[in-house]
Amino acid sequence: MSTTGARVLLHTLLLGAAAIALFPLLWMLSVSFMAGGEASAFPPPLLPGHGTLANYRQLFGQQNIGRYLTNSLWLAAMTTLLSLLFNSLAGYAFAKLRFRGREPILKVLLAALVIPSQVAMLPLFLMMKWLGLVNTYAAVVVPAMAGIFGVFLVRQYALTIPDELLEAARIDGASEARIFVSIVLPALRPILVTLGVFTFLGSWNDFMWPLIVLTDQDLYTLPIALAQLSREHVPDNELMMAGAVLTVLPVLVLFLSLQRYYIRGILMGSVKG
Amino acid sequence: MCAVGCGSPAPQQRLVSVWAMGREGEVIAQLLPQFRKLHPDIEVKIQQLPWTAAHQKLLTGFAGDATPDLCQLGNTWIPEFVALKALAPLNQNLARSVRVQASDYFPGIWDTNIIGGTLYGVPWYIDTRLLFYRRDLLAEAGFADPPRSWEEWSRMLAAIKARVGPERYSVLLPLDEFAPLLVLAIQQPEPLLREDGRYGNFRSPGFRRALAFYREMFQRQWAPPIAGTQISNVWDELGRGYYSFYISGPWNIGEFKRRLPPEQQGTWMTAPMPGPDGPGASLAGGSSLVIFRRSRHKEDAWLLLEFLSSPEIQQRFYQLTGDLPPRRSTWGAPELASNVYAHAFREQLERVKPTPKVPEWERIVTDMRLMAERVVHGDLSVEEGATDLDRDVDAILQKRRWLLSRGVTP
Amino acid sequence: MKVGHAAWAFATPALLVIGVFFFVPVLAALIVSLTDFDLYALADIRNLRFVGLDNYWHLLHTPDFWRAVANTGYFVAVGVPLSLAASLASALLVNSRLTYFTAFFRTVFFAPVVTTLVAVAVVWRYLLHTRYGLLNYALAHIGIHPINWLGDPHWALPAIIVFAVWKNFGYNMVIFVAALQSIPADLYEAARLDGASLWQEFGRITLPMLRPTLLLVSILTVAGYFQLFAEPYVMTQGGPLQSTVSVLYFMYEEGFKWWNLGSASAVAFLLFLMILAVTALQLRLTRDAETS
Repeated sequence: MSTTGARVLLHTLLLGAAAIALFPLLWMLSVSFMAGGEASAFPPPLLPGHGTLANYRQLFGQQNIGRYLTNSLWLAAMTTLLSLLFNSLAGYAFAKLRFRGREPILKVLLAALVIPSQVAMLPLFLMMKWLGLVNTYAAVVVPAMAGIFGVFLVRQYALTIPDELLEAARIDGASEARIFVSIVLPALRPILVTLGVFTFLGSWNDFMWPLIVLTDQDLYTLPIALAQLSREHVPDNELMMAGAVLTVLPVLVLFLSLQRYYIRGILMGSVKG
Repeated sequence: MCAVGCGSPAPQQRLVSVWAMGREGEVIAQLLPQFRKLHPDIEVKIQQLPWTAAHQKLLTGFAGDATPDLCQLGNTWIPEFVALKALAPLNQNLARSVRVQASDYFPGIWDTNIIGGTLYGVPWYIDTRLLFYRRDLLAEAGFADPPRSWEEWSRMLAAIKARVGPERYSVLLPLDEFAPLLVLAIQQPEPLLREDGRYGNFRSPGFRRALAFYREMFQRQWAPPIAGTQISNVWDELGRGYYSFYISGPWNIGEFKRRLPPEQQGTWMTAPMPGPDGPGASLAGGSSLVIFRRSRHKEDAWLLLEFLSSPEIQQRFYQLTGDLPPRRSTWGAPELASNVYAHAFREQLERVKPTPKVPEWERIVTDMRLMAERVVHGDLSVEEGATDLDRDVDAILQKRRWLLSRGVTP
Repeated sequence: MKVGHAAWAFATPALLVIGVFFFVPVLAALIVSLTDFDLYALADIRNLRFVGLDNYWHLLHTPDFWRAVANTGYFVAVGVPLSLAASLASALLVNSRLTYFTAFFRTVFFAPVVTTLVAVAVVWRYLLHTRYGLLNYALAHIGIHPINWLGDPHWALPAIIVFAVWKNFGYNMVIFVAALQSIPADLYEAARLDGASLWQEFGRITLPMLRPTLLLVSILTVAGYFQLFAEPYVMTQGGPLQSTVSVLYFMYEEGFKWWNLGSASAVAFLLFLMILAVTALQLRLTRDAETS
């Protein structure tokens, strides 16, 4: 096969695959601008007859979606900030500071990575009940403040910080806290962005746990609200699509702007550490 | 961050939180201005639960100490929440009340709110099931009146099917609803559970007969083997004659009135359930208003309950929702008396039977529905289905038997 | 020692959170799975009984549980290879020397991964609609009759698999692209000098060089696919005919719908054991393949 021929074939395949990957998302966007009931026709329309913002207006007006949007943002931001703090402290300690029990603890943590989180979910609920945290944001944020994956991600990166740098600071009489703030944190910046994007997306997209612990409608996150809408308003196709757009858009934008960091996280996470 | 007790008010503030399902949740909000005029110092906060997730949300709420003050509860769920000690007894409130008079309620419905002699809920509206049908299509098939017995009904279903061909059906029995089969089952003489709810009784000849009839309706292709969620719009489809009979509840009177075009309004009607031999029973279903034991505003919640139960408000509630009132005095109102579609319900209310009052009931009927779905698909015979169900139900009731044997009343 | 103290001070917050909110609940789950913790026990703890392994024994005799296991097995057995094949194919395309706009295609393929599952599941539910869905409309053009994707017990799970592959293939693609880039270019040049075809290059160089990555990726993907939950929750609610009830969905219903926490915890542990067993099997098979 000639190079040109191969190139044409290759790009045909790529464009086909890209169409499959993007089509549902573009269609979602298109239907969200259709009038109620317009999409339930045969053949299914691809573009709105005359675009309308009615669905978005209804979502923000009657369905209170602004509130869920704020809830999701607030929860994801809280979780991200706290988990960055906790994980970076621990990840650095495990990489660079010697202390008794470090190796055994690391081994236990590594082994625990294989336990699916759902195993812990049922007793965790009872625990939240006893702590009086069911139906509060704390129930969502607190368990996510630190994670084994996050600790390892930071640790792996922190291993690359040269020891001499830390030693020099110690000889200069800097406290450990000071070293962490002025040397370690700046050095860790790239991986913290990565972890931040990961945590934010994970928290934004999380479904099962918030579904269980948040009973008050005013506390719902976007995915929970959307799932509830979609179970109750089965015929309101177009409304649902507008809700989906609002749920997906923020994370897509975040991903597009910080893509590099996100992909590094995947690669580090998939290499045995 | 939102700490412990987020959202719960300071005690001196008079705030009543209410959970209600689906459409009723919206309607309460419309009735509230009147309540505020009577009690300007009480604030009411309403949360709507979707019906599909209501039971689960209530249990999660209970488990997480996040229950509301006043709540709409399906009356078949009352035993469960009583077993959990989640509901406040209402006998004293009732004794003091002028507005709520037990004698004014239909006894079959009132009784579903009494567990072990104690009152735990006040009926809010009635939800029995009966036939919605297409008069014109039935007439075309050669029948002037709706069926009184299964046998008559079968003949009608067969005749309609013969006329409409393979693409359409005679009756809609959504596979994701347990009510249609439960109605047929409750018409039988045998109880559905035996020995005070210790064991399942689904191998009884009566239940097997009901299940066989249910399966026959699918086998003969009188009913399409689909779930309600697969029909985009049950009302339009009845209008189009996709099916001619539909077993459903009172809320659909309003929906059919609203959703079918004017020229089709004369074509549909309601009729009491046909029984195995002559007019049959149906479910003593409905929703009650209950007050949770953990509520710190029980008196204010009762005020709201009384308000919602008063005949004037029930009439407005009926106008807004089409939900049928549980009080005889409300039925005398002209709007209701003149509603031809409600007559069948009035007649059916004389023949309603409660389902067994065990806390496990919701799970049992869910299992029954799943079993019936498999029988319809031909995975199980009627015999096997009944046997399987009894085995599962006996397992579900195992804990109840243990509690009873220790002298604990679950 | 000063550094030691500081180290503990740094590590403790995270360890405390992980310990209290992960390890303790896991251990508690093990204990709860040996009891009949249910709603009655929630109402009054005196109604709790220690039942030994009864929950496990009972589950293993529950047809619905086995159906959930079979559904999950089907989802994993069909979904994982499909997903890996799609990832690898797209990685090869994206990584080809001849490809223009590599970054663009990589981003496009990755977009579904970051989308919120619940939201795109809602979108797919409509794409799969029997009468008004675009998929059936497209199939009609090649003469295929409408398929009741989410309503037919034979098609519901395959439909969910297609959706899951669409959603996930970009993730592993990124990993494969990185692995492909780490294969030394001179290996291919040498093969080309020997006159090897593209297909031979793939079989002799690419695949063997990718083996460690493939193993790792397949282990991670299998573990992920075993945890199927939100797709059926949003798209089918476990139906029709329980054909999309996964083990996790079963656990959710048992635990948070019926509040049989004892039995649900047992389900969680059985799921854990299944994932462990399959992972061990994968490692074993690879080792055997390497030694032979």
